[in-house]
Amino acid sequence: MSFSLPLRPAMPQAPAEKRLPGSLERSPQLDSWIRIDERGAITVFTGKCELGQGIKTALVQVAAEELGVAPESIHLVTADTAVTPNEGYTAGSHSMQDSGTAIRYAAAQARSLLIGAAAAQLGVPRQRLKARDGEVVADDGRRLGFGPLVKDELLHVTADGRAELTDAAHYRLIGKPLHRIDIPAKVSGAPAFVHDLRLPGMLHARVVRPPSYHATLSRIDTAPIAKLPGVRAVHRDGNYLAVVAEREYQAIAAMHAVEGAASWNEAPTLPESEKIFDWLTSQPAEEVPVVSGSGGLTGRMNILEATYRRAYQMHASIGPSCAVAQFENGQLTVWTHSQGVFPLRAAIAQLVQLPADKVRCIQLDGSGCYGHNGADDAGADAALLAMALPGHPVRMQWMREQEHAWEPYGSAMITKARAALGPDGRIAGWDYSVRSCTHATRAGPAGNLLPAWLLAHPSAPPPPRPLPLPEGGGHRNAAPIYSIADARVAYEFVSAMPLRVSALRSLGAYMNIFSIESFMDELAQSAKADPVDFRLRHLDDPRARAVIKVAAERFGWADYPRRQDHGRGFAFARYKNLAAYLALAAEVEVDRKSRRVRLKRAVAAVDSGEAVNPDGIENQIEGGILQAASWTLHERVTFDRTRITSRDWSSYPILRFSGIPDEVRVHVVNQPGAPFLGTGEAAQGPTAAAIANAIADATGVRLRDIPLTLL
Amino acid sequence: MIALTVNGHTQQVDVDPETPLLYVLRDELALNGAKFGCGIGQCGACAVIVDGVAVNSCVTPVGTLKGRRVVTVEGLGTTGKPGVLQQAFIDEQAAQCGYCIAGMIMRAQALLDHNAAPTDAEIRTHMAPSLCRCGTHMRILRAIRRASEALKHDAAPRRETGP
Repeated sequence: MSFSLPLRPAMPQAPAEKRLPGSLERSPQLDSWIRIDERGAITVFTGKCELGQGIKTALVQVAAEELGVAPESIHLVTADTAVTPNEGYTAGSHSMQDSGTAIRYAAAQARSLLIGAAAAQLGVPRQRLKARDGEVVADDGRRLGFGPLVKDELLHVTADGRAELTDAAHYRLIGKPLHRIDIPAKVSGAPAFVHDLRLPGMLHARVVRPPSYHATLSRIDTAPIAKLPGVRAVHRDGNYLAVVAEREYQAIAAMHAVEGAASWNEAPTLPESEKIFDWLTSQPAEEVPVVSGSGGLTGRMNILEATYRRAYQMHASIGPSCAVAQFENGQLTVWTHSQGVFPLRAAIAQLVQLPADKVRCIQLDGSGCYGHNGADDAGADAALLAMALPGHPVRMQWMREQEHAWEPYGSAMITKARAALGPDGRIAGWDYSVRSCTHATRAGPAGNLLPAWLLAHPSAPPPPRPLPLPEGGGHRNAAPIYSIADARVAYEFVSAMPLRVSALRSLGAYMNIFSIESFMDELAQSAKADPVDFRLRHLDDPRARAVIKVAAERFGWADYPRRQDHGRGFAFARYKNLAAYLALAAEVEVDRKSRRVRLKRAVAAVDSGEAVNPDGIENQIEGGILQAASWTLHERVTFDRTRITSRDWSSYPILRFSGIPDEVRVHVVNQPGAPFLGTGEAAQGPTAAAIANAIADATGVRLRDIPLTLL
Repeated sequence: MIALTVNGHTQQVDVDPETPLLYVLRDELALNGAKFGCGIGQCGACAVIVDGVAVNSCVTPVGTLKGRRVVTVEGLGTTGKPGVLQQAFIDEQAAQCGYCIAGMIMRAQALLDHNAAPTDAEIRTHMAPSLCRCGTHMRILRAIRRASEALKHDAAPRRETGP
C-alpha cells in the first residue's frame, strides 16, 4: 500500500525504477480506470471510497484535467468489488497518492491514445492536435469525438505510467477550488447515503448485542416476540441475536422486546478504568525498534523527562453504522459504507461460507467514519440476516448505544520522552518510547468482524501484529522529524486488548505528535528559546520550514499580545514523516471559574504537495482541527469492570457549537507539479500539542494526559 | 390512520401513533433528509420543523402531530433548485460527510424564520443541540450568516415597495 515519495519539488511523480505510479502498479489495465463509450460518455473508476473527505470531487478534477473535459462530463464509480480496481482500504490519507496518481496517469495516457488515433485518422502529426471538451481538435479546425475514436478497444491496454502530464502552467482545474459533487444531494434530502437505500420488498433489521464483550446468553424465549406486529424473524445463533420486521420501528420495538427477554451471564473482564495506565504498563510487550540509535544521553547531561498518556477514545460517528444486504440466486450483495470493500468481501465470504466470487460489496456514502468504526461489522450483520432470509433485501442499522459500546476504539497509550540539550542549545540526545495496544484489527479475516465472535461457531480475532514501518501503527510519527544527532525510539506493542481497539484517524500519530511537540516546547523552555525558533533550529527541510513560517506569520506569533487567561501554542508535524506537512498556531482561553479550556483561534499552514482541490484540503484540515480539539479537551471512553459505560452523547460528550473556536484559518501552501501528499489526518496531532502548549503558556501548567484537564 | 401534513401536503399514514415521526418520514413517506442519529434527542441529526420550531423527530410521536405543520429539508428546495439556506450551505461547502447536515439546516432554518439577522452568539447558542463529528462547525456558521445576508437583501426591495 505504501509508496515512497521523493522530496524533490519538480515533477517527481514519474515513478522511480519500474513501479507504475500510485495504484496503477496493482491494477495496470488502463480501462479498469477509464472507459469511454461509443457516444463519448466517460466513466472513471476508483477503488477508493467517499468518506466525507471529498475524494470523489478531487478524483474527478484530476481525470477531467488530463482528459481536457469539464468535470460534469465525468461519471465516477467508487469502490465496488464487481467493477472497480481493488485499492484496499480508503485509509491512511492515501487516496490522492494511490488513486489520484493512478487516475491522473491513466487519464493522461488515455488522452495520448485518443490523440494518437485521431492523428492516424486525420493524417496530421500529434503536435497539431489537442483534446478539448470530448473531442480531439486539429489546428485546421477538423475534429473527432472521443466516442468514435475509442472503437477497437483503444483503451484496452496496459498502463505504462509514462504519459506526459498536463503542465502546471496550463491547468484549468487542478489547484482551483471546485464545489463538491456530492454536497447538493446531501443538503436537499436526495438519496445520498447507504442509509437511504430502498429496495423493493426490503425488510428492516436490528441486532441485539450482549450487555458486555464476553457476556453469554443464558436464557431467552423468542416465541412471544415473533408474534409482535410486522416481525418476520427473530434470529438466534449462539450469542448472536437479531430481529427482522417489515417496518423499521417495528424492528426497533422487537429489538427492545428481545433485550427485555434475554438473560445474560456476565463477568468482570475489564481492567480498572482508574488504573488503565498501570495495566498498560504491566502488560508484556513486543519491542519494535523505530530509530536504532543509542539515544545519546549520558549521566552528565541535564536530562529532561516527561510521560504522556491518552485515554481510550472513539470514532463516535453521528450516524450509527448501516448496511443493506440481499442473498438471491446464490449471490450475496452487500451495500456498505465500509472503507474497504475488497477486504470486507473476503471477510464476509469466510463468515457466511460462500466463495468470494459469490459475494459483492458495493460502497455507498455513510456517516463519517474517521477510521475503523462499526461499518464492516454492520455489513456482516446485514449479510448474516440476508442469508437467513433469502430473497429479501435486509436493511440493518445499529442503535446509538451499539455504536458507542461496540465500535473499536483508539487504544489507550503511554509515551515516555527523555532528552537533553547540548551547550549550543540544540537537542543532544533523545530517547523515546510509545506503548500501546494495536491500531489495526480491520476485516480481512472474518474473526475481526464483531458478529463472528457471537455466533454458535465463533471465529476469534487473529492475534494482532504491529503495522509495518515506515507508516506504522502505534509508532506512526514516533520518530522525531527533527535533526537530532543520536536518537533512540522504540514501540512497545501490547497484544492484549481488553477493550476492542483498531484504527482511529491518524492512529498513533495523534499521540506521538502530541507527545513530541509538547516535549519540544518543554525543551524550548529549558533552552530559553522561542518555540517556533527552537523548531526551526532543528529542521532543514525547506518545506517544513515554509509551513512553520506561514503559520507563525499568519497567526501573528511574533507580536502576540499577552492577555490574562489566554495563551498561544505552536506545533508542527509531517504526517507519517512522509505525507503532508502541517504547522499550527493556536490560542486558548481558560475560564477562571470552571477551569475549562476553549480553543479560541487556530491558524494552520499545510503543504499537501500538489493541491488538487484547495477548498477540499481546507475543509479537511478545519475539520481535523475541530475534531482533534474535541478529542484533546473532552473525550475519554468510560467503563467499569464489566461494561463500557460510554453509551450515548451524554456519557461520551464531544465538542458542540457552544465550545467551538472564534476563528480557524487554513493556508494551503501549494506545490504545483509535486506528488500528492496525504492530508486527511494531518491536523490531528499538531492540534493536540498546540492546545497543550497554549495551556502551558496561559497557565504555567503543563498538561500531559489526554483529555487535557486543568484541576 | 393519522393525517400528517409534511411540506404542505396532508396525507394519511397507517402507523401506530406512538411511532416517532422520524420513521414515518423515512419509511412511509420515503423522505431521506431526517437521519437516525441517537433515537434519544441528543444529536439533532433528525431535526425537522414543526409549527415553526425545530424538534428532534426521533422523539416526537406521530400521534401528537395532528393539525400541525411539519417541514423537512426536502420542503426547502431540491437538488436542482435549492432554497436560500441550502444554497448557502453549498456556497460555503458546509459539509464533510453530510450526515448531520439536513438536521443542521432545519435547526438553522427555524432560527432564521424567527430572526432573519441573528448575531454570531445567537447562532452558536441556537445550534448547540446539533452535533457534527467532522468538525464542519465553522463552515456551518458561515453558511447560516450567508443565508441571513441573502435574506436581508431579498427582503430589502420588498420593504421599499411595501406600505
